[in-house]
Amino acid sequence: MSYNALRLLKEGLTGNRGWKPVWRDPVPRGEYDIVIVGGGGHGLATAYYLAREHGLNNIAVLEKGYIGGGNIGRNTTIVRANYFLPGNSEFYSHSLKLWEGLEADLNYNVMHSQRGLINLFHSDGQRDAFVRRGNSMINQGDDAVLLDRDGVRRHLPYLDFDNIRFPVYGGLLHPRGGTARHDAVAWGFARGADSRGVDLIQQCEVTGIDVSGGRVTGVQTTRGAIRAKTVGIVTAGRSGQVAAMAGLRLPIESHVLQAFVTEGLKPIIDHVVSFGMGHFYISQSDKGGLVFGGDLDFYASYASRGNLPMKEHVMDAAMSLMPVIGQAKVLRSWGGIMDMTPDGSPIIDRTGIDGLYIDCGWCYGGFKAVPGSGFAFAHLLAKDRPHETAARFRLDRFRTGAGLMDEEGTGAQHNLH
Amino acid sequence: MRLSCPLCGERDLCEFSYTGDAVLCARPAPDAGGAAWDDYLHLRANPAGVTRDLWYHGAGCSAWLVVERDTVSHAVLSVALAGGA
Repeated sequence: MSYNALRLLKEGLTGNRGWKPVWRDPVPRGEYDIVIVGGGGHGLATAYYLAREHGLNNIAVLEKGYIGGGNIGRNTTIVRANYFLPGNSEFYSHSLKLWEGLEADLNYNVMHSQRGLINLFHSDGQRDAFVRRGNSMINQGDDAVLLDRDGVRRHLPYLDFDNIRFPVYGGLLHPRGGTARHDAVAWGFARGADSRGVDLIQQCEVTGIDVSGGRVTGVQTTRGAIRAKTVGIVTAGRSGQVAAMAGLRLPIESHVLQAFVTEGLKPIIDHVVSFGMGHFYISQSDKGGLVFGGDLDFYASYASRGNLPMKEHVMDAAMSLMPVIGQAKVLRSWGGIMDMTPDGSPIIDRTGIDGLYIDCGWCYGGFKAVPGSGFAFAHLLAKDRPHETAARFRLDRFRTGAGLMDEEGTGAQHNLH
Repeated sequence: MRLSCPLCGERDLCEFSYTGDAVLCARPAPDAGGAAWDDYLHLRANPAGVTRDLWYHGAGCSAWLVVERDTVSHAVLSVALAGGA
């Protein structure tokens, strides 16, 4: 399927009846070399990089719903590499580099917009912390610019700089940060994987994982049994349930994270902006809607919807920071299910069962990780050893206490991230 | 969401803070070994369905509560004092 201006014009004039599906709808075969459980962003990216980087294509991606219907379609689309700790820092740096080449690589417009991300600070202590973070980002080879109050004012003139409780002291600008069109990322990876021979099987829920003598032998699904020597679980949000099919217990608790979008407005917010004194971050979509969110509701939930206290907190924080948006009408709010690990960092590792691997624990930050996670997980599946960018994302770090990546410095316990 | 505190009656969610799975009430012996402590501190059944978790009524009576709850529907099935008193 080629997309160009002439084709667009022709289809527009003929009722858009000529577009064809861009990936096949195959019947699952009885056996594959590799089965990937979960057709979300990470699963599709894994399949794509297995085909592109490792020349493998006897692969099935099993999705219980439809492509693009999970968290890849429910997030706030932010792409950044402003992590502080070793482990996260090199991983997200690599992921951002993959983002920067993604459209050319996939030959697909994912609307990656490096509009700049500004984390605001509101006290001397926060400034120190952001100076340190910025230095860490620069050491990693990424970009960070410390803005003073006037510097922030040049970028974000609409903020309430003199808020009596939370005056704006400055911000850390990450110029290469930005957003991307989340659905397009799923579609681009799906098309790329399919065109390299990967079978994307939708409406196919995995109901069991077959293990024999400490080795994975295949999966049971709602569309029959599928044998495979290698199985990758990539079902963040539902990792616990899928892993339980192989008898595993994970260091994960599922929580709900809420997001909101307003009616479409004329351009006002050019960047991604986060408030430093409450849980609130915001960007404006290309359709004009203000897309914003806050923190977890902080109790275990699979409901895909949140409760009122966090909604109130997010609206309070928005009005404290940028009262200019106070008249905008919220169109809808929704929740996504987050795999929360005790330290707030992800897991890409072996499971202790030969041939069974897991990519999970993306907490509230999985979207920006899609290419990096797919790349690293594909490497692990193909070579049975971790990619250097994800070598620290170990499953056993909680048991051993070595190599914890607690970005917030609150402790590696459930419910603190 | 509201929780019905056995001491205070039905109260808004804002008054409570969540601490995690009620397995936290069953602390292993200090010398139980790494696997038992890993299980206690980190590994979770994380059910999509009925679960039991610990809540603290910080803006009320300061009681620790064990709440039986459905994580899919948010229905609250029972609330009891964690100490069992």
